Amino acid sequence: MFDWGPILLAVSILIGGVAGAAILTWWERRLLGFWQDRHGPNRLGPWGIGQVAADMIKLLLKDDWVPPFADRMVFIFAPTAIVVAMMMGFAVVPFAPGMQIIDVNIGLLFFLGMTSLAVYSVLLGGLASNNKYALLGGLRSASQMVSYEVFMGLSLMGVVMMSGSFSLVDIVAAQREVWFCFSQILGLLVFVVAGIAESHRLPFDLPEAEHELTAGFHTEYGGMKFAMFMLGEYLGLMLISCMIVTLFFGGWMGPVLIGDWLPPLAWFGIKVCFVINFFVLLRAAIPRPRYDQLMSLGWKVMLPITLVNLVITGAILLWFEEAI
Amino acid sequence: MLEIILFYLASGVALAATILAMTRANAIHALIYLIVSLLAVAVIFFLVGAPFAAALEIVIYAGAIMVLFVFVIMMLNLGEKGDARERQWLQPRIWSGPAVLSLVLLCELLYLISSIEGSASAGTVTAKTVGIALFGPYVIAVELASMLLLAGLVGSFHLGRRTLERGS
Repeated sequence: MFDWGPILLAVSILIGGVAGAAILTWWERRLLGFWQDRHGPNRLGPWGIGQVAADMIKLLLKDDWVPPFADRMVFIFAPTAIVVAMMMGFAVVPFAPGMQIIDVNIGLLFFLGMTSLAVYSVLLGGLASNNKYALLGGLRSASQMVSYEVFMGLSLMGVVMMSGSFSLVDIVAAQREVWFCFSQILGLLVFVVAGIAESHRLPFDLPEAEHELTAGFHTEYGGMKFAMFMLGEYLGLMLISCMIVTLFFGGWMGPVLIGDWLPPLAWFGIKVCFVINFFVLLRAAIPRPRYDQLMSLGWKVMLPITLVNLVITGAILLWFEEAI
Repeated sequence: MLEIILFYLASGVALAATILAMTRANAIHALIYLIVSLLAVAVIFFLVGAPFAAALEIVIYAGAIMVLFVFVIMMLNLGEKGDARERQWLQPRIWSGPAVLSLVLLCELLYLISSIEGSASAGTVTAKTVGIALFGPYVIAVELASMLLLAGLVGSFHLGRRTLERGS
């Protein structure tokens, strides 16, 4: 008997991801409005939820245009790369016990690989546009994302050391008693910052900083191709949130003090929503740094923190191994 | 059976992508094909039981080194001029000599591989096995590689600093 479970889950992730991204565009603007003491989209439908449909109709019906000076093949390929890579990343996320498309023993590395492939989208989009602002945005994104990938990978190694596995199911299982957000607080800190930089969202959206680069790498994009970039960005946000919950906040398990009185999927969903809202709050609260500040933050603060975290984690693990 | 089909599919993709990567005049198109080729090789690694190598192939080669290649091409931004020069280099009189010589080597390699006895699949190589091998029998190689990387880092820092000072 062929197992239809993973395929059903894959289809529901595909639909859920796109729908989630669409709703997030509205939810994010409402939250930003709330935190910045203004309204946000509130006219269409109850609480302005109709704005989602309006935006979608606008993006779908816009003229799908390729500039004549652009590199046509790469220009069309670039926006799809980020969506495909981010969607692939969801394949290893354990939403609930047994509710995962594939449980490979390199799950964490697979996620890192997919996020690093998403860089190409921004890079090639900026290059193919044949426009100086887009090119500058692409260059920035390349150095920003390659740099932050280093800390992103390193910050997770503490988690890997403590759970002894790259498999995300094992990592969740290893948090049965204490979530890694306590024991790996430095790793969590770096991973959150690197996660924002990887999904190039505000405050780290230097590749598309509109005050200096008009719109950065997607200056020349419009209509559905632009929508693909936005979809990729929101998918990246959701993927990073899912990974933070899985790696540091016990995945599908309820908090120890409160207990497991909700189904695992509900706990996972609640935590992911919480993390996404936190990311929106960061966007509302923190201004955009300068580009050199961003890079020196990475190499002069984040890298030492991760290395110290690795040394401490390794030392403590060895210490306790000796005691046993 | 399914694994064999997948293996040959991935190998075919890798070969086709590599050939396309060599014959494209546009550097960016060639690089995209090279990335596809690397991804196909990662699939092959996964199929023959080396998932860790497959993951590293994607994270390091496709995800980092190729990004730097694209980065350099963006910085140079040769455009049409570069394409024209590349097209000039793609003429048979330039590549036929090395091609014939490599063909001889390929035949030799195929003969050697076919003469080796034994199966291709030696079980799955996990991340743990790789780690133990790297920090056990091959620890000197790891140390040498890290020294080389450090030297490269110091060297590039030095070169970058000099241009900065000259610029200001």
